Amino acid sequence: MNKKQILISGVFLWVFAVVGTTFVAVTEDTTRSKIEDNERLVLLRNLNALLPAEQLDNDIVNDTGTVPASGLLGTQDDTIVYRARLEGKPIAVIFNSIAPNGYSGKIHLLVGVYADGSIAGVRAVKHSETPGLGDAIETQKSDWIFSFNSRSLDSPKPSKWLVKKDGGDFDQFTGATITPRAIVLAVKKTLLYYQQNSDNIFQ
Amino acid sequence: MNKEITQNGLWTNNVALVQLLGLCPLLAVTNNTINGIGLGVATMVTLILSNTLVSLIRGFIRSEVRLPVFVLIIACVVTVIELLMKAFFFDLFLVLGIFIPLIVTNCAIIGRAEGFASRNPVGASALDGFMMGLGFLGVLALLGAMREIIGSGTLLANADLMFGKPAKALTITFNEDYSGFLLAILPPGAFFGLAILIAAKNAMGVRAKDRDTLIDPTLNT
Repeated sequence: MNKKQILISGVFLWVFAVVGTTFVAVTEDTTRSKIEDNERLVLLRNLNALLPAEQLDNDIVNDTGTVPASGLLGTQDDTIVYRARLEGKPIAVIFNSIAPNGYSGKIHLLVGVYADGSIAGVRAVKHSETPGLGDAIETQKSDWIFSFNSRSLDSPKPSKWLVKKDGGDFDQFTGATITPRAIVLAVKKTLLYYQQNSDNIFQ
Repeated sequence: MNKEITQNGLWTNNVALVQLLGLCPLLAVTNNTINGIGLGVATMVTLILSNTLVSLIRGFIRSEVRLPVFVLIIACVVTVIELLMKAFFFDLFLVLGIFIPLIVTNCAIIGRAEGFASRNPVGASALDGFMMGLGFLGVLALLGAMREIIGSGTLLANADLMFGKPAKALTITFNEDYSGFLLAILPPGAFFGLAILIAAKNAMGVRAKDRDTLIDPTLNT
């Protein structure tokens, strides 16, 4: 009798698990393409913020390359780079870099670098910096992150890629030095990485 | 019965102010009004659906496996909501993303399934889910509004994430030069805000009781 009870309960649970899973699977299946479209659109929006659409004519979302983990990019796994081309000629590349030493952990960056080694733009895509202080790296909060535009390792010289407090060329914000310091270093290292690997990236 | 359910959900037995359930997402997302409303609506829909489904199966559910079944139902409903949100409100999902799966762990939902829906008819259970959800949504929106006004001097910022582009006009900025009051946006502000709301509700309750006592002194005996 007891065995029978247990069996009935087991089958009951099993039926619910099957019905529930089916329900979720059907929804997943019907929304999948829509969700992928959304993710691609958001990615494209982020990439276009760095590289205006008229500067390139390839499908940048799908023209990706893989770069191995690198201390210069702050990455511990392979990451994807997006490559922009115009009439087949390399225009720019967008890196997923990480500034590992933010005030509250990693700051994930998109760094666009033109083929000549100058910066197309930098955006912080994911971070947990203090609201109201460190989050001035977001474009909605301040213009600070635009200060990297068209900088390169020639302007300023690599030794000046520091925040002003450390004797460099980049502003820090009031009350927050650690966040900008982390980002300046990460962007500089990304440029170094590009300098060393520019030959292979577009292959 | 219906009036009682409504009153319970919205006021007397409010999830956030009286039962004090689901506080983790409540405190975490309410740094502005739209986030509060977004999570509130998602929680409300989950409550309605889970209450309805639990009530539908209440006749033949076996009591020894009822809790796993409730959890399963709630998890399925939340996963479906998450997928639909990703498909249709992707920008809002980017903001609320990590809190949506957490709805599964909101004790208020399994609490209503066990405490109400498993022993009441479908209609009443759906209404209970709606009212409990609405009560929770109300507190989320109110707390979000308080923290947003004090913390950043705006109201309904980012409304376009939820209601589409035209809703951008809904945003009210009280003072362009307001430099913000960080404490209100940081987690301590959430605790202060919730404490003020609970205190206000209790004060109103006490006052109502006093008034009743004046009218009918025998009530208190």
